[in-house]
Amino acid sequence: MDIGSMTVRAAVDGLRARQFSSVELTRAVLDAISAGDGVIGAYTWVDAADALKQAAAADAARAAGATGLLLGVPLAIKDILNVEGQPCTCASKILTGYTSPYDATVIARLRAAGAVFAGRTNLDEFAMGSTTENSALQVTRNPAAPDRVPGGSSGGSAAAVAGGMALAALGTDTGGSIRQPASFCGCVGLKPSYGRVSRYGLVAFASSLDQIGPMTKTVEDAALLLRVMAGRDPHDATSLDRDVPDYTAALTGDLKGLRLGLPREYFVAGLDPEVARRVQEAVARCRQCGAEIVDVSLPHTEYAVATYYILASAEASTNLARFDGVRYGHRSAVPATTPIEMYLNTRAEGFGLEVKRRIILGTYVLSSGYYDAYYSHAQRVRTLIRRDFEEAFKRCDALLTPVSPDPAYRIGETADDPLKAYLIDIFTVTANLAGICGLAVPCGTTDAGLPVGVQVLAPAFAEGTLMRIGHAYERAREVRP
Amino acid sequence: MAAEEIDVAYVAQLATIRLTDEEKRLFQRQIPVILAYMNKLRSLDVTGIEPTSHGQPVYNVLRDDVPEPGLDAERVLANAPSRLGAAFKVPRIMES
Repeated sequence: MDIGSMTVRAAVDGLRARQFSSVELTRAVLDAISAGDGVIGAYTWVDAADALKQAAAADAARAAGATGLLLGVPLAIKDILNVEGQPCTCASKILTGYTSPYDATVIARLRAAGAVFAGRTNLDEFAMGSTTENSALQVTRNPAAPDRVPGGSSGGSAAAVAGGMALAALGTDTGGSIRQPASFCGCVGLKPSYGRVSRYGLVAFASSLDQIGPMTKTVEDAALLLRVMAGRDPHDATSLDRDVPDYTAALTGDLKGLRLGLPREYFVAGLDPEVARRVQEAVARCRQCGAEIVDVSLPHTEYAVATYYILASAEASTNLARFDGVRYGHRSAVPATTPIEMYLNTRAEGFGLEVKRRIILGTYVLSSGYYDAYYSHAQRVRTLIRRDFEEAFKRCDALLTPVSPDPAYRIGETADDPLKAYLIDIFTVTANLAGICGLAVPCGTTDAGLPVGVQVLAPAFAEGTLMRIGHAYERAREVRP
Repeated sequence: MAAEEIDVAYVAQLATIRLTDEEKRLFQRQIPVILAYMNKLRSLDVTGIEPTSHGQPVYNVLRDDVPEPGLDAERVLANAPSRLGAAFKVPRIMES
């Protein structure tokens, strides 16, 4: 069994037809991890015995007549989502020793559909970063070029899927953390609309921006997984009560009648010429599939990165206040005579440099005297950015853009200049600020063989439109290479 | 209110984080550069613009106040770095 080419759809069909069992399939995934992950470093944790036990239970359930949509399908999970009985490190030393006492809602839904949780994948600490280099645990390498980063923060999930060590994975996306690593590694990544998927059991980074989404080999697989993951959850008041359609029904294969916008602010100087060329080729393919292409403007794009880093850092500084060494995770062994001393020592030892930098930045923009100038002002600019998209979507059904200005960076290339590292998120943070949905689909490689992704953006809760476009493009690309 | 005014050591205290001298020096150099970049937002007039605080507008989501079981206490306490019976053990918080 070749895990590198196997999709979730193929696994579901093969399991249903009894061509192979979940134990055989899960063993093949575990073998692929054993063979490949020594170099790539995608997984932070794998428990082979437990995965095979879950797989055997799925096989027994099938033998007894069970028919879950994902019955027996092994998945990789970003190490920031709680899976009962598994560690959840967030790639931080501060969660050393923590075992999840419960399932995140997405995990509970996937479990109810029969999924097997085979392993956990690396990330930038608490999802803060765009290269996975901020992990306190290990380096993850890009399967297409092992001297390069996989992108981030869901770099482990992207590397596992693109590196043939997972059928599919879950990632999380606060400012591009699903779409950018998918683009860097060459897989599909979907950031659902804010409120589409429950965040309960996702360790919070920036609560007004975070979403959980699938990272897969095909758009169809993303559609299959989202159907299971999406929907209102009483445990997350921000999850919305909207119908969850069968997204695979949207995969018609053509784009007739759709109008796709090219935001001129996303095709500018600073965009790598090879990335620009691959994205323009993708635009041409979409036109061949029947879409009408129009120019649109998102005039506040240049303010998006500043807005994002003010709001995300502010929310992070409050969310991460809970890591104090009292209830779980690391507690400093330095003797403390007061709780405050214990907090200070624990947080000094437990958090990495980027997390500390963002907590300081976030605390500052929320502090008395600066709140209005930074935080409150940025919330208002966020409204302007949201309105940009509302205006653009009056003229088109979806937007086509690059995912990232560059292909994957060399390991260490962006490490010394935090502002430069933040600016590479320019094309992805806008979707989180506006609450809309976004999809990254592979659109070829550079001459050096580095994957490039095209981003499709659609209005909130128009995931069906995203998938229709992504799927039609994917097919057109395969038929006419 | 120039961005350069940030006192990293003071903000670290507000954030309950102890920084090493090296971290303080690094952040004192880096964060003003980031804040200077963020100040580009000041050029935008946002008079009369409502703030957006969430990805989708939802307000006052309520549920009936019905008791339901929570997480199993023993499994939650199993994660405690230090415990005393059914409680989390911490350094003394009051004078004896």
